[in-house]
Amino acid sequence: MTVAVRLRGLEKRFPKVHALRGVDLDIQEGEFFALLGPNGAGKTTLISILAGLTRPTAGSAQVLGHDVVGDYREARRRLGVVPQELVYDPFFTVRETLRFQSGYFGIRHNDAWIDELLANLGLSDKADTYTRQLSGGMKRRVLVAQALVHKPPVIVLDEPTAGVDVELRQSLWTFIRRLNGEGHTIVLTTHYLEEAESLCARVAMLKEGRIIALDSTANLLRAGGERRLSLDLVPPALPASLAARLTGRAGERFILDLPEFADLEGILATLREAGITVRDMSVSQADLEEVFLRFMRDGEGWA
Amino acid sequence: MSVGFRTLLYKEILRFVKVLVQTVGAPVLTALLYLLIFSHALAEHVQVYPGVHYTAFLMPGLILMTALQNAFANASSSLIQSKVTGNIVFVLLPPLSYLEFFLAYLIAALVRGFTVGLGVLLVGLLFADLELRHPMWILAFALASGAVFSCVGIMAGIWANQYDNLAAVQNFIVMPLTFLSGVFYSIHSLSPFWQSVSHLNPVFYMIDGFRYGFFGQADVDPWLGLAVVTPCALLLSGFALMMLKSGYKLRH
Repeated sequence: MTVAVRLRGLEKRFPKVHALRGVDLDIQEGEFFALLGPNGAGKTTLISILAGLTRPTAGSAQVLGHDVVGDYREARRRLGVVPQELVYDPFFTVRETLRFQSGYFGIRHNDAWIDELLANLGLSDKADTYTRQLSGGMKRRVLVAQALVHKPPVIVLDEPTAGVDVELRQSLWTFIRRLNGEGHTIVLTTHYLEEAESLCARVAMLKEGRIIALDSTANLLRAGGERRLSLDLVPPALPASLAARLTGRAGERFILDLPEFADLEGILATLREAGITVRDMSVSQADLEEVFLRFMRDGEGWA
Repeated sequence: MSVGFRTLLYKEILRFVKVLVQTVGAPVLTALLYLLIFSHALAEHVQVYPGVHYTAFLMPGLILMTALQNAFANASSSLIQSKVTGNIVFVLLPPLSYLEFFLAYLIAALVRGFTVGLGVLLVGLLFADLELRHPMWILAFALASGAVFSCVGIMAGIWANQYDNLAAVQNFIVMPLTFLSGVFYSIHSLSPFWQSVSHLNPVFYMIDGFRYGFFGQADVDPWLGLAVVTPCALLLSGFALMMLKSGYKLRH
């Protein structure tokens, strides 16, 4: 597989802030990757370096093998960035904005793709509206369209759903998923952890300019939070052979440790043999939010 | 020329064309007011060059001064607006080279300056007769001087953090240099001290050389003027390119 994004020893010092303290990261082509972290963790700085908006103090960044400083034109051709700030040029309409953006990337006569973008982002009826007249959510859609005019193989979305209504979030993710399915690499930063959980196969967590966790979403969920089985039993007694699993009781309910789903079968068999009926049962698992909070609290150790 | 450069140039031109009343109409009107007021107040008293009416004398200076101020305004205001609103990222994210970036802003500023200058010329012709003795000199000085002010506009737009900074450049550098360049008078009417001070102002050579193209008469030799203005334009272009290449205030 080809590496879509390669970061090596990436550092960025601003006059007052040490935003990135040596980040190494490989994102493979075709991945749907999430970059998580609290405000000030360095997510936006990292993206700005990829986009060429910020110059690294040390280390290097490559997009599909092209250095973002030394080979910036080739790197930028392959990258589409949706900036976090809701920016727009008030002088122009949506279509003009998208035509200009195509032109900056060297593409003429791009209207077929522009129309497709507009349709997929629910902007078709706004094509000739001045961007200054659009609502916040609509402006966000235009920014997404602008990032995609040149069909970039690597797409970076910096908090694309911040302050955006549910409808757009749904349609946006459907569209981005489709692009991912067609082979585009997606890198996403978001505050909505459930989004990262449902969309991204792999996650990096940043804290104070360092990656403190980097793994598949599934592994992080497994490592970060134990699965618990909650049982309401008649009669309310637990066979001795299951006592080792008991982690607590909540009223009538027994809470058991359940590291693997495969164990469930054995537990139920043991209960049946002991003549105990299960009246109610539920399995709970930590979500990415809990994992995230734990990592932020405990710091390094999992990377 | 690349598609990227042409698109940025077109966008920069369209930006001022969309608000033509404000970007061309207003400065032409202001220049017209100067022409009417100064010619009314001074026409009976001043004869700068033999055989040249004061109103006619005033015209080339007004044309170039207005053109230069607007070339400066176009580049600087476009950049500061994009920086303040944040949409500068639209032109920073694409694979445009710093040279393409520079040339697009430079040429758009020149187009704005020339449009305004032409507007002043056409309106002025209603009030004064003008000859065009040496069109090549007119063009040469328009281009070289326009490039100087476009470059200053680009640099000021990149440097400024807010509109106030730009207003300072406009009020404390651009306005004094253009007003004290001999637009409204011949420096021969000044005392020797102020004459030599005027010779230190590059805008004086721009106005004087431009005027030579119309009347075939000037305060200094147009070749000397060109020898002053052209290096200024090249030096400032180089400086603006260096700013863009380093990413000064644009790429942190």
